[in-house]
Amino acid sequence: MPGKLKAKIVAGRHLPVMDRASDLTDAFVEVKFGNTTFKTDVCHKSLNPQWNSEWFKFEVDDEDLQDEPLQVTVLDHDTYSANDAIGKVYIDIDPLLCSEAASVISGWFPIYDTIHGIRGEINVLVKVELFNDLNRFRQSSCGVKFFCTASIPRCYRAVLVHGFVEELVVNEDPEYQWIDRIRTPRASNEARQRLISLMSGELQRKIGLKVLEMGGNAVVGYLQCFDLEGESGLVVRAIGTACTLDKLSSGSAPNTNTHMHPSTAPASNACNSPSKDGKDVSVHEFLHIRPVFGEDMTSTSGPPTPFRALPTTSSSLPPFSPSKPCSRQSSSSDTDLSLTPKTGMGSGGSVGKEAGPLKTLLRQQTQTALEQREFPFFTLTSFPPGFLVHVGGVVSARSVKLLDRIHNPDEPETRDAWWEEIRQEIKSHGKALGCHAVVGYSESTSICEEVCILSASGTAAILNPRYMREGCLDIGITDHRFEEPSPPSCGFCHIPYDELNMPFPAQLTYCYLCRRQKVPDVLFTTINLPAEAAVTGKGCLIQARLCRLKKKAQGEVNATAISNLLPFMEYELHTQLMNKLKLRSMNALFGLHIQISVGENMLLGLASATGVYLAALPPPGGIQIAGKTPGDLSAEHHILTIQKRINDTIAKNKELYQINPPELTEEVLGSPVPDSRQRSRLFRSHSESSDEVSELDLSHGKKDAFVLEIDDTDAVEDIHSLLTDAPTPTGFYSCNTEIMPGIYNWTSGVQMFTSVRVFRLSNANLTNQGLNKIFTDLCENLLKSFYFKLRSMIPCCLCQLNFTVAVPEEELIQVTVTAVAMTFDKDQNQEMTADKPPAKGGNETEEQLQFPLELCADPSSANCQPASKASGVPECSNFSSIDRCSTWLELLRLKAHTIRRGSVKTISSLERSSPLPEGRSRSLRSNRSFGGISVTVVKMTPLSFLPGTRIIKYLGIINMFFIRETTSLREEGGVSGFLHTFIAEVFSMVRAHVAALGGNAVVSYSMKECMLMENPNKNQAQCLINVSGDAVICVRETDQEPTPSTASI
Amino acid sequence: MTMELDVFVGNTTIMDEEVYQLWLDGYTVNDAVRVRMDGGVMEECEASADVLLSDTMDQYRTFQMCERLLHSPSKLGNQLLFQIPPHRQAMLIERYYTFDDGFVREVLGKKLSKGTKKDLDDIGAKTGVTLKSCRRQFDNFKRVFKVVEELKGPLVENIHHHFLLSDKLARDYAAIVFFANNRFETGKRKLQYLTFQDFAFCAGQLISNWTVGAVDNMVEDMDVDLDKEFLQDLKELKVLINDKDLLDQHKSLVCTALRGKTNNLNEMETNFKNLSRGLVNIAAKLTNAKDVRDLFIDLVEKFIEPCRSDRWTSADVRLYLTHYNNSVHLLDTFKHQVVWNRYMDVVKSSINILHVRLDESEGLSCFMEKKKSQRWGSCSSCRSPHSLAPGQTGGGLRDLFWAPTQPGRQQPVGRTHRSGRRRSIRKKDSLIAARGGLPHL
Repeated sequence: MPGKLKAKIVAGRHLPVMDRASDLTDAFVEVKFGNTTFKTDVCHKSLNPQWNSEWFKFEVDDEDLQDEPLQVTVLDHDTYSANDAIGKVYIDIDPLLCSEAASVISGWFPIYDTIHGIRGEINVLVKVELFNDLNRFRQSSCGVKFFCTASIPRCYRAVLVHGFVEELVVNEDPEYQWIDRIRTPRASNEARQRLISLMSGELQRKIGLKVLEMGGNAVVGYLQCFDLEGESGLVVRAIGTACTLDKLSSGSAPNTNTHMHPSTAPASNACNSPSKDGKDVSVHEFLHIRPVFGEDMTSTSGPPTPFRALPTTSSSLPPFSPSKPCSRQSSSSDTDLSLTPKTGMGSGGSVGKEAGPLKTLLRQQTQTALEQREFPFFTLTSFPPGFLVHVGGVVSARSVKLLDRIHNPDEPETRDAWWEEIRQEIKSHGKALGCHAVVGYSESTSICEEVCILSASGTAAILNPRYMREGCLDIGITDHRFEEPSPPSCGFCHIPYDELNMPFPAQLTYCYLCRRQKVPDVLFTTINLPAEAAVTGKGCLIQARLCRLKKKAQGEVNATAISNLLPFMEYELHTQLMNKLKLRSMNALFGLHIQISVGENMLLGLASATGVYLAALPPPGGIQIAGKTPGDLSAEHHILTIQKRINDTIAKNKELYQINPPELTEEVLGSPVPDSRQRSRLFRSHSESSDEVSELDLSHGKKDAFVLEIDDTDAVEDIHSLLTDAPTPTGFYSCNTEIMPGIYNWTSGVQMFTSVRVFRLSNANLTNQGLNKIFTDLCENLLKSFYFKLRSMIPCCLCQLNFTVAVPEEELIQVTVTAVAMTFDKDQNQEMTADKPPAKGGNETEEQLQFPLELCADPSSANCQPASKASGVPECSNFSSIDRCSTWLELLRLKAHTIRRGSVKTISSLERSSPLPEGRSRSLRSNRSFGGISVTVVKMTPLSFLPGTRIIKYLGIINMFFIRETTSLREEGGVSGFLHTFIAEVFSMVRAHVAALGGNAVVSYSMKECMLMENPNKNQAQCLINVSGDAVICVRETDQEPTPSTASI
Repeated sequence: MTMELDVFVGNTTIMDEEVYQLWLDGYTVNDAVRVRMDGGVMEECEASADVLLSDTMDQYRTFQMCERLLHSPSKLGNQLLFQIPPHRQAMLIERYYTFDDGFVREVLGKKLSKGTKKDLDDIGAKTGVTLKSCRRQFDNFKRVFKVVEELKGPLVENIHHHFLLSDKLARDYAAIVFFANNRFETGKRKLQYLTFQDFAFCAGQLISNWTVGAVDNMVEDMDVDLDKEFLQDLKELKVLINDKDLLDQHKSLVCTALRGKTNNLNEMETNFKNLSRGLVNIAAKLTNAKDVRDLFIDLVEKFIEPCRSDRWTSADVRLYLTHYNNSVHLLDTFKHQVVWNRYMDVVKSSINILHVRLDESEGLSCFMEKKKSQRWGSCSSCRSPHSLAPGQTGGGLRDLFWAPTQPGRQQPVGRTHRSGRRRSIRKKDSLIAARGGLPHL
């Protein structure tokens, strides 16, 4: 499809004065696309020129259309000397290539100069005419839609989810070319900006091609990153999930996820999960997981993946190809592949060891596109109800590589092979957890000089293939059912693995909601909390922070040192997370993101997650302190004091987060279904905790609590640091997931912000402990600062708190945070009662229905009543199937990765969860929210939605890269002034582009990179920022609109 | 924990009004932090000094970045760098252009030149306004002056349009520009008891009656320069004192009208010729630039002081002037009624306000001394009505912008004179009444 690109330059305003003599400017504009350039007339002596140019037409192939940005340069005409550049605007025309996105770009764009920042604005009009071309061998992929949103976009319906797509392109970094020695900083910055823009375009086009080959039409959860490797090049890489999406008509738009619903019924049948309380939590099983960390590469590549998506184009075929039998088979055959703990990982392996596997991988790479899809990974973090059956836990892999060992740096092969290795490892970890897929998958790097840490993580899960099939076939039914309340999930935590052969030591109990399936005592995941999950109380942000000093070194020595440190860091972070989780009396983590950043003389580790109390999981035991030296009175006294403080904190936290699961009595437990009761009795009789059934979970002082041993000063420090986390001030909540569990009635107040802090370590000989303290304070102070600044929004919640740490120079620690503060209505009860009526009316779920009604009358009487379904069990049998056993044996080795300090015992007390009608109450909120959206205002949010509004159109992806440099740092207010201006400029350019596309909001916004280099002595600084998001049009949710049931997906 | 770098940028620019005021008042970051700590914001939000410092720095940086835009407020509305809701923009502008009455009183009528700027530190010390704030205010006056100077059309409206200020503030700026342009003397000891608002009121009168704009509304500088022709015509009024018959006739008409309405009839009668001569002479001399500058001193010396020595009350003065003015219309031989009206409208209301103010300070023997060090607080005269204005009108630049066309507002120009002027006088009266109750000295 070649096309015709047309651009028109209308006018400029607020131009800078370029001619000192007249205090005016003689401005003209160059419009460049590819190699063609047009110029406007010079508009003499005006700071607000009106060019009103003709239409400049570029006839180009679509390949170029996808790769190239339209480049608009504003210049000052100078009769005698060279014309001075005022600044540029790069316009990504990709959104115009898709019929469903924007049709015209028209608006005021800030004119940006890499040295001076924004200098005035220019009004540009751009259109594209595409011609049809049925060439089979085309290189372009126009029309494939891209979404940063890591869920099915709101006004679409997923017909098929094809699976993982990835691509990587490499180029020489202009900063490191010889020519950089002689060109101006401006020229070099612009070359870099342009190159990255081109590479992003190319990357997107290539991924689009892969999607088309798979038969898809969209990529969701598109995650693009760039690695500045320095001498060895500049890498732009991206991953995403290929899908076939159907646009919903505007009428049905709010019901985006409707079609997913039918699956809920089958799913619940399958696992016999009883509905708990009447919330619209749907019944899916979820597997629990404990993190499995792997830091070394397994180099073997497995047999063709079980999970491959079929390249189906017809929707009548089973959409979701991974099938159970297949997976089982492969898991056994894969056994040998996975998880043999390697010694000498990392650096050593990075080059030498690779030779063999590399070939294999290269061969594979050149194979067909089918081969490419051998990874059953999904970058999605939220799912349609029913999609997720079980969750196994977090899987992650890291690898240390040396960049100067890349054989031919200009080619992507080496990096491809590196990532391939990591993905293989992730896949095998997933298998080890009895799961056939990895969801919430992401990849990242940290580079310091020639050392590069590649990381990948995700959540092992079992997805529901049936679900997709039915959803596809039974659209009619779906829509019909959509109106009904989905049956409550009995929790989503049932283990996917065999309890006799657990991959790691875990305390299993029967699910606290259905009493039928086993659940683990804690659950860690990288995904968002499923909307249907039953949660008690509110959640909160939990962070583990860690600094580790390392010796400065070069090459392999350095890489080895780093890779030796990694497992310890992971372990420490995990321990911290676990302790903090217990301290808050919670039992699950969502949105877990662990970042390890490498500097010359230290490693920084930051793990962030949102802790919640899942009603299905057992209540966490307390933390008990044990001294090593009994008999020492003073020590014992000390321990007692600490113990008391811990107990107090736990009690306080329970109150703060409203975690008060009422005790579940035996009678209540007694379910209408005798069979299930029997089972649960049985369980209790041999369960360790049986005698404590009726106890309140206030017993954290008990012996069987989580034990922390104080055996040295480090341990004391650790415990102290546990207690130093300041609680969030009243009126605030914080989480790093999309929405806060336990808050449903968002109002329309939204404030997205970015904050950056850099701390210079003054003391040269710091200890690990000292560093930890500094790092912790840095993060804590940042949070406090947010609470203070946003105090006018109370009550409000900081959502999607995304921390990024870096060590830009030897003694600097940089923390970058992007998040959104959203207001909510404190008075929730009303909403909840208001919610109830719509909850009635499922025809086939009558049994479950009574619970919501009951809750309505008296929430405290709610309990879990296992619903027995005659139908049912196929999936169950899958999960318990023995053919996994062989794998499990292997997996026992994994224990090594998950040892914890102290022993863990759960104090189990039965409880029922409080009513939490998540989706439903959120839908009601639309009635009362009055989110005003004015035309000129562009809202930005890292979430996939804006509260109180409905997205009616996705206009295309925003992916922008900017460089800013200054040689007058002091004059611009120092490095803070410089960065403050730059970030404000970036925001304004994003808003301008969105507005020009006709949008009024950016969702799923993220700042991928904020790389700051400063040299105060030379009065210089340079900063690179990469941001992305989805431009959308959203409208206020209106009162008459049908209740959108699933706002959060 | 001192940071090498510490920034916080919101998609919607976050601004704290309290910090903004501290910034405008010229506080340094550290002083501002101290003030905020004393204000108790810390206890309120469980913040620490570090947090407060970081927040203050952020805000100060934001304000500095915004300052460039505030210099031409219309840019603030269509710039893209900061996303600021309209009502906030209005607040930013209004506050930025708000001035201290004490400060403006010192520079009122002075040339807005570099020379005056050099004296700002003295003025600052005298008025208790920080030098930084003085500079901002002075630069604001200068900027408005420069922009308005070259524009056609009504002064207040121009200021309104170009600086997006509230009606009240635009009016004040018009007064400042008007005074600066005509260099009225306001600094003399005898005038010290007058506040800026008193002069602003007089300026409003002068603008709507004596300028070119009062007769022609599309001339350059129409509201800034006095109408030369009119000043020339004023010479004709001399007949009122030079023609003996006319003078006697006038006197007897006034006395007849006053009979029974005042206790001071005798003094009025004896002083009539003296006072009348004073007023007419002032009128006749106005062709002289020097005498224009001394207008207010002359009014005080030639009229107010004689009245005071006879212990006239403000009511007496008002009564006397009303009849003094009206009686002229009954003089058949006097042909310059129009000019007379145009002259007397201003003089009457100005003298009224000047006298009322003096009256208020009655009984305070040392009022002159005290006046010097006192300035009107922000409470009564200026600041609070300004800052309230946007909120009251429901916010939004549009409201402010279009306000002048709304009925019921005082018109800056002389076309709708009567009703408009009366309204404003009445308003003034109530204000005065309110002030009378304040223990302001």
